[in-house]
Amino acid sequence: MAALTLRIDGQAVAVPAGSSLLAATRLAGLALPVLCHLDGLTPVGACRLCLVAIEGQSKLQPACTSEALEGQVVATNTAELRELRRMAVELFFAEGNHVCAYCVASGACELQAMAVTLGMDHSRFPYQYPLRDVDASHPLFSLDANRCILCSRCVRVCAELEGAHVWDIAGRGRHCRLVAGLDQPWGEVDACTSCGQCVEACPTGALFHKDDSTAEKHPHPIRALQLRRVHDLPPRPDP
Amino acid sequence: MATVGALPRPREPAGELAQGSPVTPGRQLRCCTASGCRAGGAGPLIEALRQAQAVADPAANGLVIKSVGCLRLCSRGPLLAWDGPGGPALFALGSTDPGTAPGAAIGPEQARALVLAAATAPGPDTLAALDLEAWRPQALLPEGSPSPGPSPVGVASAPPPSPGGIGLTWDQMDLDHPFFALQQPLVLLHCGWIDPDSIEEALALGTYGQWRRCRSDLSPEAVRAMVHRSGLRGRGGAGYPTGLKWDTVALQPPGPRFVVCNADEGDPGAFMDRSVLEGDPHRLLEGLAIAAFAVGAESGFLYVRAEYPLAIERLRRALKQAHQKGILGPGTGLELELRVGAGAYVCGEETALLQSIQGQRGQPRPRPPYPAQSGLWGAPTLINNVETLAVVPAILRRGAEWFAAIGTDTSKGTKVFSLSGAVRRTGLVEVPMGTSLRTVVETMGGGVPAAPGSPGGGVKAVQTGGPSGGCIPAHLLDTPVDYESLQALGSAMGSGGMVVVGEAMAMPELARHFMHFSVEESCGKCLPCRAGTVQLEQLLDRLLAGLAEPGELDQLEQLCRMVKATSLCGLGQAAPNPVLSALRHFRAEFLAACRAESPRAAFAREPFPAGPALGPLPGGRP
Ligand SMILES: Cc1cc2nc3c(=O)[nH]c(=O)nc-3n(C[C@H](O)[C@H](O)[C@H](O)COP(=O)(O)O)c2cc1C
Ligand code: SF4
Ligand code: SF4
Ligand code: SF4
Ligand code: FES
Ligand code: FES
Repeated sequence: MAALTLRIDGQAVAVPAGSSLLAATRLAGLALPVLCHLDGLTPVGACRLCLVAIEGQSKLQPACTSEALEGQVVATNTAELRELRRMAVELFFAEGNHVCAYCVASGACELQAMAVTLGMDHSRFPYQYPLRDVDASHPLFSLDANRCILCSRCVRVCAELEGAHVWDIAGRGRHCRLVAGLDQPWGEVDACTSCGQCVEACPTGALFHKDDSTAEKHPHPIRALQLRRVHDLPPRPDP
Repeated sequence: MATVGALPRPREPAGELAQGSPVTPGRQLRCCTASGCRAGGAGPLIEALRQAQAVADPAANGLVIKSVGCLRLCSRGPLLAWDGPGGPALFALGSTDPGTAPGAAIGPEQARALVLAAATAPGPDTLAALDLEAWRPQALLPEGSPSPGPSPVGVASAPPPSPGGIGLTWDQMDLDHPFFALQQPLVLLHCGWIDPDSIEEALALGTYGQWRRCRSDLSPEAVRAMVHRSGLRGRGGAGYPTGLKWDTVALQPPGPRFVVCNADEGDPGAFMDRSVLEGDPHRLLEGLAIAAFAVGAESGFLYVRAEYPLAIERLRRALKQAHQKGILGPGTGLELELRVGAGAYVCGEETALLQSIQGQRGQPRPRPPYPAQSGLWGAPTLINNVETLAVVPAILRRGAEWFAAIGTDTSKGTKVFSLSGAVRRTGLVEVPMGTSLRTVVETMGGGVPAAPGSPGGGVKAVQTGGPSGGCIPAHLLDTPVDYESLQALGSAMGSGGMVVVGEAMAMPELARHFMHFSVEESCGKCLPCRAGTVQLEQLLDRLLAGLAEPGELDQLEQLCRMVKATSLCGLGQAAPNPVLSALRHFRAEFLAACRAESPRAAFAREPFPAGPALGPLPGGRP
């Protein structure tokens, strides 16, 4: 496999050709915040947390969807990027209803962890308190849309790995919402195999096992590893 | 009412117009039936005229009544252009009751009078003297009124108009007025002259000639080189060099390719593309066919927004006619298909548009890869705007150098603008690039009439580029209209919508209007645009409600920069532009809208502190 070298945060790194900038950053031993990205799924570039600055380009680029190129000079952790990420997390918290204190995912939530990492303890933007539903029609799992950040990981994991394509996002802009089947109660969607992968993939407490209560949602012990292995296959083209 | 004038004759190379084409018979009435005039009742009007001709005396038989595309001065519609001795001349039908569409109010007698006058008038002046009031429907005339005399032309003593009825006005427009005289139609060359539903008329004027020439005499490389040399840049907003884009598609590895015409025109106040589709659809089809030839595509799509039913109808008919004539379709090496949008502004963004054509949710995806590399079903895809494609046949016919001689150093050719808003003359103007805003808005458009009772009057600003653009204040009206100049002022050429803002408009209000548009049209895929625009609109709401403090303007600007720098597609990246440009040119109005800090107020609401991490964003990333 051809390799190429680039410089990330001052550090030279060699990566296999075709790697994403995100993979390159990780190979350099650096961490990048990601929310919509999940190894093994088609990257979509939706959360904008992994934006990096590439020398010579006026626009910031998402590391998850950008290909690493020979000789690139990339900055992933400038003051500007940190501030932009902080604002993004504020916007996430303000647009949904995230009450960590009684959330099933508290302690294992990627959004919560992101806020901690970025030092965001409150949102400067007014909370929107949207009216959203809870779908508890599935025998094993529930969807609490109040905690959904519309990352579409569940959509992709169900369509791309399980092949069931139960989830989709309906509506536009602030009216976007996750729907099961043809906008049916989840429990009525025959296509669902109850595999639980969407629950595993969900970065927040939006999808959870019914028998978990506050702070009891835990990441699957080996799922991330399995997905990483899928990810090591050649990158897929964008759909 | 001041009259403004006619439309210059198409400046065709000698020969093409002269050869006894169906377009220049002895006498004809060209009735604009495009969307603007339809709103004024152009549909019923042309029906009434045709019926009147059918029952009128044989003198009217020589008159051709035909439906044409936009005659430019849409605000005076329905418009009728007359060709005859001393013509052409342009007339506007109006009504004395602003709530009534004049075209729908015309009575059969009035229609008959009009048809007879058009068929017999020795010159435009006689036609201009036509007194429609004399032919008001009988029922509306007061008891005992004398019935109108037999001669429709120049009736000297008309009966008094009946009270309560709907009066019609009939005015001649001055074709020498700058509104018409300064236009240089390339894209709109035949718009307003030909019947868009007749391929024969289009063919008679040479349409499809360059498509034929491509296939018989030219190589794709030669065509691309010509477009390259012409300096043509995309008219869809970004101004990307068209020749370069064509080369990129053509030079992709062998395999299928697609061409797509972006006719989603969603910017508020923009109706240039619609006018091309409604007025001269064959020109667009020819341009698209040439593009397909140049990049080696054998199939293509036209993506038209659903809100343009008439454009869709005419385009569909044009496509069918071209198929029937064997100009496009099986055996010609090019299959074109029409796709209708479903009401999403974001589907004008090229990657969302391609998703939509593929039958998927219309959401943008990150670029690269650009559509030129990987577009429809993964194949290299050329996507161009309507106006970009419609000007291509002219470039081939007249030569790249001729085109490059029009316009400025960096922006070549002409640009069609749709002039709307508070301006006196609303309509369609096509002028060379580099024409100053003042010429377009004041000389051609007539500026803004002073509101009754208001001290001022006149233009306050011009909004260009719609929700992705910004406003240019009146004192900068001498700015030439080209891509770079507008961008330097924080606005954008956009697709060509020009909304003139009068003194009565508060700029923060205008900024909120556009932000609301972006809130509603955000596709919701990426966070900054989905959630950020909502917060921006609320900040503007607070400001307009007098609840904001001066410090909040910094927060407004900071969030604007965040949404601009981090959004996925052009919609989010440009959504803050109307706010930023209004802040840049009219900051005083924003400051005036803020209230002075009061401790009570600060207590009463959630504070927006400017803590250490909360200061303004460092760096000037655009
Ligand atoms: C939100 C958004 C809306 C757009 N709408 C249109 C449109 O309605 N018509 C259009 O031609 N281009 C539109 N564009 C620009 C297209 O993405 C694309 O740049 C253009 O069609 C390319 O054609 P051109 O090179 O001929 O300009 C839009 C872009 C964005 C980001
Ligand atoms: S449980 Fe499995 S099949 Fe059911 S929605 Fe989740 S991922 Fe899809
Ligand atoms: S339910 Fe979870 S995984 Fe699915 S979109 Fe919402 S936050 Fe993402
Ligand atoms: S910027 Fe707005 S319209 Fe574009 S992808 Fe993001 S949410 Fe969708
Ligand atoms: S992880 Fe890259 S945009 Fe979300
Ligand atoms: S639509 Fe009739 S003049 Fe423009």
